[in-house]
Order: sequence, then C-alpha cells, then structure tokens
Amino acid sequence: MEIYAFILLSLLAIATSIGTVLNRSAVNSALFMVLHLLTLAGLYLLLRAQFLAIIQVIVYAGAIMVLFLFVIMLLNVEEEENIIKNSRFGFIGAFMVGALLLGQVVYSLLGLAGVLPELSGQAEAIGTVEAIGDVMFTDYLMPLQVTAILLTSAVVGAMMIAEFTHADGTHQDVIEHAPEDQVEEGTT
Amino acid sequence: MISIEWFIALSAVLFTIGAIGVMVRRNAIVLFMCIELMLNAVNISLVAFSSYHGNIEGHMLVLFSLSVAAAEAVVGLALIIALFRNTLSVDIRNLTLMRF
Repeated sequence: MEIYAFILLSLLAIATSIGTVLNRSAVNSALFMVLHLLTLAGLYLLLRAQFLAIIQVIVYAGAIMVLFLFVIMLLNVEEEENIIKNSRFGFIGAFMVGALLLGQVVYSLLGLAGVLPELSGQAEAIGTVEAIGDVMFTDYLMPLQVTAILLTSAVVGAMMIAEFTHADGTHQDVIEHAPEDQVEEGTT
Repeated sequence: MISIEWFIALSAVLFTIGAIGVMVRRNAIVLFMCIELMLNAVNISLVAFSSYHGNIEGHMLVLFSLSVAAAEAVVGLALIIALFRNTLSVDIRNLTLMRF
C-alpha cells in the first residue's frame, strides 16, 4: 500500500516539476509548482514527518507561492514564445549537463548502497509537533532567534529594494498623490 | 517497506530537473521557481535520512532551510520588481550591464 502511494506521489512530483520547467506561461508554472509542493507534503507524510508536511503546505504552497503569483500578476509578463524552439542548442546543452549532473549524483550515491539505514522505529516519534517543539526551544534556540532576525531584515531589505524613487531621489508618496494623478490622467 | 534509496533517487531526479530549468529558462520568475525546486529536492533527502536514522536534526535543518527559502523568495521577488521597473521585462537576457 505504501509503495503504491510512493510511486503515485513521486511520479506526480516529477511530472509537475517538468511542468513547472517547461510551461510557457509563468502563471501555469506557478500552479504546477503548488501541485509539486503538495505532492512533496504527501512524501513527507510517508516519511512520518507530520509537522513538516503541514508546514510545507502552509508556508510553501500557501505563503511563498501566493507571493510568486502576486508578483506574476502585478508584472503582467507576456508568455514566452516557444522556449524550446528558439534555443534548441541551449536546450540540448542544458539537458546534457543535467544528465551529467544526475549521473554524478547517482554514481556518488552508489558507493553508499551498503551503509544506508532501514526506517528507524523512532521515526514516528520524532516527526510530531511535540518532539520538534521540544528541541526547537532548547537546543536550537539560538538558530531560531537568528532566523527571526533574518526574516525581519529580509522584509526590510525587500521594501528598500522595491521602493519607487524618482530620479531626483525623492520618494513617491502613494497614499497622498496617487488619486490626484489618476484624476488628472482621466481628465486629460 | 520502501527503502531509502528510492527517496534519494527521487531527490536526485528532482534536483536535476530544477538545475536544467535554471539553465533553460529565460524568465526570472520561473528561474526562481526552479531554484525552489532544487531546494525542495534537497529537503526530501534530508527528511528521508532523518526519519530512517531516527534523528531529529534533519527535521530541524529542513525547518530552517524553509525559513531561509522564504526570506530568499521575498528578496528575490523584490529584485525582480526593481528589474522590471528598469527594463520593463523579466527576461534575464537583458541583464548585460556587468558583462565585459
């Protein structure tokens, strides 16, 4: 039973990742990506990592991909014409490099075939919220605080980067001036 | 019972697909999604090793890599918006400012 679930989920994960890479429209790519992240959450459940599966759905498929979709719709990018046809040589080159990379990874992993472990009996105990929270607020307290600082600085940095500035260095005050500008544009 | 080799093989395949995507695509947003694909592929093998060893450290590492991925997506998308303001496209072929 578990094997069928694994085969289904992994085939779906590979298919949706190929869909993400090869789709012409960025919106469709993002939607394939959401499906991919959901199948990964299923795979985490197969690995007895319940908490990570939920976090994967909430943070990745929920928050990050919504951010991606917002940016795609905000920028209104046009579809790429024939991503393969225009760069056939580049595509073949990338495929060869990718095959080389896969061969390298598989070759380096083949040496490990004898020492890989079986599923531990404790696996069900370590994936729960209780176990992770227990470790997170004792042994990993310092990295947790650093993560908080990282997220804050990322948000502030993103606002600094994406802020609109005029050529003379002044900021555009969106709330006060935007309605007036629209009215003027509408009348002229 | 699934042996751990299958999870590692799946992780390697997904990582390779993400790497090919980074090389093939020209759209900066899709490029970012391909980087997320590669991050997720590594996360699978981390969780697999963690569960099969019965050791919680891999789970914690995945949690932290998830929050780093969130921060990276925020900054990267802000960069894409700034890029779109300057060139009115998200095509990375336009980014030749620092090419010699």
